[in-house]
Amino acid sequence: MKFSENWLRQHVPTKASRDELSATLTAIGLEVEDVAALGDSLAGVVVARIVSAQKHPEADRLQVCEVDTGNGTVQIVCGAPNARAGLVAPLATVGAVLPGGIAIKAAKLRGVDSSGMLCSAKELGIDPDASGLLELPADAPVGTPLAAYLGLPDASIEIKLTPNRADCFSVRGIAFDVAAALGGEVQPLDATPVPAGSDVGMEIALEAGPRVPRFAGRVIDGVDARVATPVWMAERLRRSGLRPISFLVDVTQYVMLELGQPMHAFDKDKLEGGIVVRPARAGESLPLLDGRTVELDGDFLVVADGRDGRGERAVALGGIMGGAETRVTDTTVSVFLEAAHWIPSAIIGRSRRLGMHTDAGHRFERGVDPELPPIAIEYATRLILDIAGGTPGPLLDVTLPGQMQAPQPILLRRARLVRVLGLAVPDAEVARIFTALGMKVEPLAEGWRVTAPSRRFDIEREEDLVEEVARIFGYDRIPTATPAGALALSSEPEARIGELALREQLAARGYFEAVNLSFVSADLLARWGFEGQGVPLANPLSADLAVMRPSLLPGLVEALRHNRARQQERVRLFEVARVFAAGNPPVETPSLAIVASGNAHAEQWGEPSRALDFFDLKGDLDALLAWGGEAERWTVHADDLPPWLHPGRGARLARDGKTAGWLGALHPQLAKALDLGPDVHVLELALEPLLARRLPRAEPVARFPMVRRDIAVEVPEDVTWSQIGEAVRSSLGGVLKELRLFDRYSGKGVEAGRKSIAMGLILQDASRTLVDDDADRCVRQAIAALEQTCQAKLRG
Amino acid sequence: MDDLESRAVQAQAEIDKADTLDALEALRVGLLGKSGIVTAALKTLGSLPPEEKKARGAEVNRVKERLADALAARKAALEQAELDRRLASETIDITLPGRDGERGGIHPITRALERIAAIFARLGYQRADGPEIEDDWHNFEALNFPPHHPARAMHDTFYFGDGRLLRTHTSPVQIRSMKGRQPPIRIIAPGKVYRSDSDQTHSPMFHQIEGLLVDETSSFADLKGTLAEFIRAFFERDFEMRFRPSYFPFTEPSAEVDIRWETKDGESRWLEVLGCGMVHPNVLANCGIDPERYTGFAFGLGVERFAMLRYGVSDLRAFFENDLRFLKQFA
Repeated sequence: MKFSENWLRQHVPTKASRDELSATLTAIGLEVEDVAALGDSLAGVVVARIVSAQKHPEADRLQVCEVDTGNGTVQIVCGAPNARAGLVAPLATVGAVLPGGIAIKAAKLRGVDSSGMLCSAKELGIDPDASGLLELPADAPVGTPLAAYLGLPDASIEIKLTPNRADCFSVRGIAFDVAAALGGEVQPLDATPVPAGSDVGMEIALEAGPRVPRFAGRVIDGVDARVATPVWMAERLRRSGLRPISFLVDVTQYVMLELGQPMHAFDKDKLEGGIVVRPARAGESLPLLDGRTVELDGDFLVVADGRDGRGERAVALGGIMGGAETRVTDTTVSVFLEAAHWIPSAIIGRSRRLGMHTDAGHRFERGVDPELPPIAIEYATRLILDIAGGTPGPLLDVTLPGQMQAPQPILLRRARLVRVLGLAVPDAEVARIFTALGMKVEPLAEGWRVTAPSRRFDIEREEDLVEEVARIFGYDRIPTATPAGALALSSEPEARIGELALREQLAARGYFEAVNLSFVSADLLARWGFEGQGVPLANPLSADLAVMRPSLLPGLVEALRHNRARQQERVRLFEVARVFAAGNPPVETPSLAIVASGNAHAEQWGEPSRALDFFDLKGDLDALLAWGGEAERWTVHADDLPPWLHPGRGARLARDGKTAGWLGALHPQLAKALDLGPDVHVLELALEPLLARRLPRAEPVARFPMVRRDIAVEVPEDVTWSQIGEAVRSSLGGVLKELRLFDRYSGKGVEAGRKSIAMGLILQDASRTLVDDDADRCVRQAIAALEQTCQAKLRG
Repeated sequence: MDDLESRAVQAQAEIDKADTLDALEALRVGLLGKSGIVTAALKTLGSLPPEEKKARGAEVNRVKERLADALAARKAALEQAELDRRLASETIDITLPGRDGERGGIHPITRALERIAAIFARLGYQRADGPEIEDDWHNFEALNFPPHHPARAMHDTFYFGDGRLLRTHTSPVQIRSMKGRQPPIRIIAPGKVYRSDSDQTHSPMFHQIEGLLVDETSSFADLKGTLAEFIRAFFERDFEMRFRPSYFPFTEPSAEVDIRWETKDGESRWLEVLGCGMVHPNVLANCGIDPERYTGFAFGLGVERFAMLRYGVSDLRAFFENDLRFLKQFA
């Protein structure tokens, strides 16, 4: 909402400076977004008339003008395209200093004397228009200081309104808040009923039920539609961000800005029959004021007339915009004014559906004072009669019985006020605030009974009153305190690794945390083989952001590609976020993903470089699992791999046999499609199983020494380390403390199709020292088991 | 005699000149060994008359001791020199880079978010969470946004075909935390939120932290005090702060909190950093909490905004590009 400061001050006189006023507006919840000072420095600028204009002898673009200043004539050289004899325009006389700091001096321009400067609106700092001289009405009094003539200085103040303060979409609404905060009084509004000069009326039928409970109107005959909008009105509109159009339209805009009631003026002679307010019909089309023709349905409301039959032709889009066919023009002589009450739920979202935004629609979406329509009609009528003449018909004010609700009194308990604010506001101050806001206050023993005016329909319950007191009394006057209530100490479960700790751990291992958007494109998912997974949005911003991701990896690999494309070969990224699966309700699973590419280690002077492989990533995983203390509950499986993993270099990870994630090299076909090499390895794991951690349970440290025996066997190539370990462990039981793989070899010296495995058995008994015989027996048992289950042969 | 003495003086000079341990050992053998001159001199003692034997014996022993000391001293000196040489040859360039020294880092959003959560954890706020795919009731209705409420229009919402939506704020976690539970309640709920808006200063996904306190005594004054303490703790400095009346359907009275922020050019301006208010009685009632007995306050903040201010990030989009050149600045 943008408005003229002077206009506001007319409604609520206050000595507060502009800065104080602006600070107050913000402090009471009407946040000031911009204050544009207008015409601050116009001393020496007067209304002047160009008497004659001749081409400059030396310059094509300049004219030499004789200008009447009201105090003699001066010669001015002027370059404005619209400078012409007879034009009334502002003249900055010698000695004036314009808002931009331009000091006006007598000068010679291309050899011709010039004693002042004819000005554009922009040069005067009152409007951005710099296309030519500001054209003043022909009857503007020559010689009058321009500031006095235009009501300057002034300021355009723009405030941001919260959705609950629909009442402040009007200068008058704002005035009540200012009066309450600064202590002024809102001047009474003169909306005395205008007596009818004729009995010309209009049939009005409300057929949209509770959506339009009130419709006020009036016919005024014999108006002069060509009359110029008075300067004061045009200036107020301009300073409130609206362009003056023509007087009859400007009046409706002016009343809307001042009182808050959107209005419409019809050319009465273009209306046929009576008015019917009704829901639009499916497929009904309506040409609007702005030149567009919209197609409607039953969600919209229209004002219709009787052409083509009663209520047949839509002539205005209810609460949003008037129609083109019945609008007022220069030739209008009879006008029908409309001020109706459209309830918010009948208007909200409708403009947006049509891709439009109007001041009327915006106000009705938020709600307008239901008592305003007849007041606005009376106020507008008086303005029209005063300026454009005419004969008014009777005020028409049709309401639906039972649909208009009077404001109800609300009890505010003193104890509640203190409780919520943490402060006792003096009784007299509370009463003063409500009164200044235009509310009726009745003091009671326990507090106050308050009735809000109809324009404050946002006041519905006690809390609303508490807020009114708080914001007018001043949030800054409420003390700061420390909550005293009961405090429950929170503690992190010890049997769970904290997510921050996990992140720090990954950072310590060289990974950078990434944060990707949760939505990805369906195409990217399809490329990975995730078709149909994830949860698609109904209204995505774009096809690239259309599906809630079923996996963190596609996005994370895109981030890796982003960095690879920027000279970063060695990339290590992780992300912790949720992945999504359809369901009722949809399933959200917190997940960890890791991607890595490039060398296993950062380039180093003393070590040969080596490409990253599966076991580097597996090592990172092992470290995480070791942290949980339950690594033995995790297993790796080569089966059931997703399509995006290399089938021979991928692993399914399971905890207690339940799949928890995947690890491995990206499938070469996918890598190629993404323009990546074979070094890209990925991991994705459900977070919760990973974060599970064993609470330590201490056991006595064994008192007897450990014995180590190394054995080397040859096994067929397809026997896995896991099978070998299982065979050894089950053959030895608890005496085997640890099994270490220290060599793995195939090639020369080993039979084709077989590999050599060398391992260390760490043996220990809890009750006695193991002697050589014991150790040798263990070795024999292990070898026997390996021969039996793994087709192992002992190597010499 | 004074053959022994003169030989000793000469030997002393030879010891001092010996420049290897081997040469020194040869000298030792020649002096103190089985057939060394000192040993020979001791052997001659037996042939001396008893009255001379004692004096001579003492004399020979003094020479022996002197030479032994000299040998030991020289040996120590030579060994030290040898060690010095060896150590000198082992010198490395200690300015060469170490091995495996690189580390990664956590994302600045996480960093700011965890810092904020930790501050509130110290005040007894427990972490709470809720789904990102929400239903209308939790995201709007229970928070006192009736259908068609104009405040809904301020939340550009992503929808799913079934009426579900992406939560537009972390406030639904308030509802989930209060349902089926009675005060005292202190929770902090960080998480991702979504609005269908994307430009230089808006990301369709961003992070919020919601705080909620409900008990039998909390007031707007407590809310002011809590947030003032929080701002001080987060930025480790004092700010001029203002609470400005605002509107959220789920709080009343509501406020936005601005801090006076100094820009690089020495100017200062008000910067909005938080939204807050007293929990609306309808919200408490929707969660089965008696609004007559209990009051509470809630606040919400944008994590990106705090991260930008704290770490001097000027472009919101940098947070989601995951460019290592950006991320490495937060290692």
